[in-house]
Amino acid sequence: MDKLPRWADVVLVPLICLIIAFVFCGILIAAIGQSPLQAIWIMIDGSFGSTNGLGYTLYYATNFIFTGLAVSIAFQASLFNIGGEGQATLGGLGVALSCLLIPWPHWSLALLGSLAAGAAFGAAWGFLPAWLQAKRGSHIVITTMMFNFIAYALMNYVLVNLLRPMGSMDPASARFDKAYNLPKLGDILGLVGIPFSSKNPANITFLIAIALAVGVWALLWHTRLGYALRAFGKQEKAALYAGIDPVKITIYALLLSGGISGLMAVNAVQGAAHRLVLNSVEGAGFIGIAVALMGRNHPFGIVIASILFGFLYEGGSQLAMGTTIPREVITVLQALVILFTGALPYMVQKPLEHLFAKFGGAK
Amino acid sequence: MDLASFLQILDSTIRLATPLLFACLAGLFSERAGVFDIGLEGKMLVAAFAAAAASYATGSVWVGVLAGIGASCLFAAIHGLASITFRGNQLISGVAVNFLASGLTVVLGTSWFKLGGQTPALVDGMRFADITFPFATTAGQGDAGLVGGIYSHVLSGHSILVYVALACVPLTWWVLYRTRFGLRLRAVGENPAAVDTAGVSVTGLRYAAVGITGVLCGLAGAYMSMGLSAGFLREMTAGRGYIALAALIFAKWRPWYALMACLLFGLLDAVAIRFQNIDLGVLVIPVQFTQALPYILTVIILAGFVGKAIPPRAGGEAYVKER
Repeated sequence: MDKLPRWADVVLVPLICLIIAFVFCGILIAAIGQSPLQAIWIMIDGSFGSTNGLGYTLYYATNFIFTGLAVSIAFQASLFNIGGEGQATLGGLGVALSCLLIPWPHWSLALLGSLAAGAAFGAAWGFLPAWLQAKRGSHIVITTMMFNFIAYALMNYVLVNLLRPMGSMDPASARFDKAYNLPKLGDILGLVGIPFSSKNPANITFLIAIALAVGVWALLWHTRLGYALRAFGKQEKAALYAGIDPVKITIYALLLSGGISGLMAVNAVQGAAHRLVLNSVEGAGFIGIAVALMGRNHPFGIVIASILFGFLYEGGSQLAMGTTIPREVITVLQALVILFTGALPYMVQKPLEHLFAKFGGAK
Repeated sequence: MDLASFLQILDSTIRLATPLLFACLAGLFSERAGVFDIGLEGKMLVAAFAAAAASYATGSVWVGVLAGIGASCLFAAIHGLASITFRGNQLISGVAVNFLASGLTVVLGTSWFKLGGQTPALVDGMRFADITFPFATTAGQGDAGLVGGIYSHVLSGHSILVYVALACVPLTWWVLYRTRFGLRLRAVGENPAAVDTAGVSVTGLRYAAVGITGVLCGLAGAYMSMGLSAGFLREMTAGRGYIALAALIFAKWRPWYALMACLLFGLLDAVAIRFQNIDLGVLVIPVQFTQALPYILTVIILAGFVGKAIPPRAGGEAYVKER
């Protein structure tokens, strides 16, 4: 299968997929009577043209780094976890409980508490599907999908009946103590003399996400557990023969995956909303699938793909504000990226392989 | 609870179970042929939109049905292309189909109708009329008793698609278990290599199955926007495609059990809509629990604690012909 040089496989294939997706969306925009070129300019200008726009882009990207890493860690073990949405929802509950119930003396301790609670709740939500897959052979895609809906119902119950402040009609928790607000990215960059707007929700969690990406990379390629995960994903029987316990690996993979999904809530719930709302994840769990596919399942690829999707997300909002093009154009683009990178890789790869065989034959 | 409200719940059970039943049978054909389909939701959604839009534009409910089926089949073709011809990941393709429908319906809907993603309300002739059985109005009058009540309030008074959906159950059973096509379809989901050896096209059979899935999802969507409600609302399928998938697993990929599962899940939906929180005296069952129950039951079934659900063996894998 290694007919393509590595750079082509890693860079060219996702890039071509992205271009095809963009062309399709351009046609769609033209079909509804708008100018695709103007649309893309509004998106670029809105999300990169000012540090405020860039802040929003990075805020969304932070969410997607978490969910993308979560999907990819499970992918490495050949498990398709589409429960990121539910796991991040539960992570939000963990973060909210930590912020509401424990009187933290300082935001940094509140942050540590949120990280621990978000990860623990997310991992817990990933545990049962993993255990069912490993022990009972229940298909993990279906169980994680069911757990998304169960999470939503649970959150609905908890917010309406338990966490809703007296007299409020809104299914949302009380606001967290202002002292727990996380430092904005603008304030942090201001310390080192870089002017950056603080009016956007980008916060310190972005740096945590980047650090986590490095951590996941180190875990996957430089530890025993990472090796076991990848071996199990590549060739289950061989891994079994090498003494890797499939039950343990499945459960570890989903605990890690769910935990990382849960961390997303630190950014969205503690970092931006400062309270728990019903749909705190806003589809980021699903975008994680696109991000992981686009980033070729590699942490660094995922960071880049996340920033790209952050741009698309923020650009979509700009479109909705500046034109009559609805922001759902981005959903279409996301669908096409998932389709071409995840479900139709051969469509792009095969012709490329032919091209390389023809013109790169000297290698 | 009095008789009238009991009958009302049964009545809405049948209404709410209909789109589930169409989608569930749709999934049954696809998955029995070895093509996993988590894109039922997307196909229903796009069909609901296309049906309502076409019906509004032409004033004919039947043009709407055809448009719904057409749109759903187009999406089924994308899924087929990805999972049969290009041997891609069927689950990822299903996810993509769902997002594509979710985005496309809003983008097109907003720019066509300028109503924030919904179609204008459909009036008479643009949506399905209810069919009243003979004597149903007289039998339902006054003190008709249980039998008369069920006849006139539960069985009678639905749109044609409800009866089509119910008729699809024995039809599916007959096609799957009593025709050559059905035998081959089931074989291709269990052991495609054997079918190939017998000289029957695996690809052809799988495309046929995916095509049937498209038609049935189209009917499900058409019923959503032209039967259950009068017009398309954004995200109007609201997870019904996933409930249908759950019902399919609950039914262990068999048609008659699919009917039972869909009626059960329809009943849960009807109860959740009517009662909100159910007060049993000792404890109150929150509405959210009733809403989550189909998913919880499916997980329990999948876990194999109450009879194991075993999917078709070749499901989810593309067939590669030996060379």
